[in-house]
Amino acid sequence: MDMRASSIGDAALRGLCIAVTGGTSGLGRALVHELRSRDAHVAFVARDEDRIARVLREEPGTLGIAADVADKDAIHPLALQLLAWRGGLDVLVNNASNLGPVPLVPLADTECEDFEVALATNVLGPFRLTKALLGALAASARDGRGGVVLDVSSDAAVNAYPGWGAYGASKAALAHLSRIWSTECAALGVRFLSLDPGDMDTPLHALAVPDADRTALRAPADAAREFADAIAAALPHRAELRR
Amino acid sequence: MRPAVAAVQRPADARLLIVDAFGRIEHAPRARWLDWLQRGDAVVANDAATLPASLHGVHQRTGAPIEARLAAWRGSEAAQGITFDAIVFGAGDWRTPTERRPPPPALAPGDAFELGPLVATMQTALGHPRLVRLSFAMPRGAFWRGLAAHGRPVQYAHLREPLALWDAWTPIAAQPLAFEAPSAGFVLDWQTLTEMHARGIRFATLTHAAGLSTSGDLLLDARLPLDEAYRIPARTAEMVAARAGRVIAIGTTVVRALEHAARDDGVVKSGDRIATQRIGAHTRLRVVDALVTGTHEPGSSHHELLRAFADEDVLTRATDALERHRYRTHEFGDSMLVIRRNPASRRNASVFGAVSRVANACAARGSAALRETATE
Repeated sequence: MDMRASSIGDAALRGLCIAVTGGTSGLGRALVHELRSRDAHVAFVARDEDRIARVLREEPGTLGIAADVADKDAIHPLALQLLAWRGGLDVLVNNASNLGPVPLVPLADTECEDFEVALATNVLGPFRLTKALLGALAASARDGRGGVVLDVSSDAAVNAYPGWGAYGASKAALAHLSRIWSTECAALGVRFLSLDPGDMDTPLHALAVPDADRTALRAPADAAREFADAIAAALPHRAELRR
Repeated sequence: MRPAVAAVQRPADARLLIVDAFGRIEHAPRARWLDWLQRGDAVVANDAATLPASLHGVHQRTGAPIEARLAAWRGSEAAQGITFDAIVFGAGDWRTPTERRPPPPALAPGDAFELGPLVATMQTALGHPRLVRLSFAMPRGAFWRGLAAHGRPVQYAHLREPLALWDAWTPIAAQPLAFEAPSAGFVLDWQTLTEMHARGIRFATLTHAAGLSTSGDLLLDARLPLDEAYRIPARTAEMVAARAGRVIAIGTTVVRALEHAARDDGVVKSGDRIATQRIGAHTRLRVVDALVTGTHEPGSSHHELLRAFADEDVLTRATDALERHRYRTHEFGDSMLVIRRNPASRRNASVFGAVSRVANACAARGSAALRETATE
């Protein structure tokens, strides 16, 4: 690991306001820890109040907001609380994900309702939340502070794994959404990243592949470090350094 | 004029009435508003997100139903909690015109208001039975959680349906500070911002805590606008200082903030302040050259502000034109672009008029060419 690059990344996130959806488990939980350890102001979103309370105890100084990103009516109340906290937002991480039917089944056996929940969580939720927060993200970009959206993707967005139809199709839609956001928002200075963390030892993976060899899976903390570095590299002043 | 009754921010048929620097009036589809701007102009908009500032609940001492409309910030650092000035109504909701709403029960300092999950305590009366200072003695997170769950955007009886919070947020909404939508900003969409970039028109924002525009009470309305907090980012002040062209304000709140921030020497200062001044016929504008705003009835504080831009006879003709052409009014209505009077326009109107017409024609041709390039 390149320690020098990591230390630059450490300083790059200091003082930025970063929101992470799905922040109480798996990769999201690891990201809350990683970003906070780099002195960012971290707000996280999750559905379960008890788990939010636990993360708040473990990560003092963070903000936890109870909301379901799949619920259209929850988006603006969520955005209101996020934006009120520090008076704006520099970085959004759309991490909350839904697997579709559990256990995984072929598309032919997938209930429409399960697919709808996957689409609402993995595609429409990130779209709505990004749209609601775009004013703040663009303001952050104009100020030369931030303006980065990281959409968490998956290799299932690219490869046709049997049984991963609802999840894979929704993640493919999200990845494509990220690419179009990225071209359309280039002039605003808001940057979009779509990153695949790889197979990790997370609750979501355990639901999908209950008998997986966990020792072969990646620790979420590793992916979180990599993602935090990627966010730091996409920030305006870092982007200028590369020119 | 007729009220815009539906919460559509950018209706396809929205219109724009233009008052130019020589007092001439034109009409155009609002979607074409950028055609009146030029390369080098600096557009400044208010990016405040709108609070769900209407809180229904109960006046604890009497059990009477009330609605408190938060109307202005009065600090969040005070020992007693997060504090606002608020306008309090008795029973009923937005469907009843504000002027017909019953008053609240007699209010006294120390009274508690139960507003859904929020509890507010009245600090002081403010010289009117409806205007009080309220504070919420709770942690900030709990306050915002309660406001997000229970508050509704302030709205008025001309609308048909209850507003959702997204109806009241402009596309550029960022920090939630405004008590009513800074609705001139509804003209902005992201496509327009990209187009500005392509045309060499600069864009920046400030954040201004737009207060309530009306209380339904003449005495209280005469006190509006209340003092309003605003923030001007350093980059916005720099952009205005370095402008090659005119400063175009999107909304009266932007005029109030920029002119307040430049009141000492005409140079816009960045930072956080409270705008206290009233803008009217007597005001000498030092920064803003043109204003995009809604259509305002004579007598309102918004209309009064227009008198800093244009002479009374011009505004009378503009109002006549708005009436005659049945422009829509209120926050989801049509818009006006008012260009500040040319000081020479009275002396030498004919010469400047001819020059301006040529310039406008050139600008219009230039932008048409740009549009064609963009669609190729």
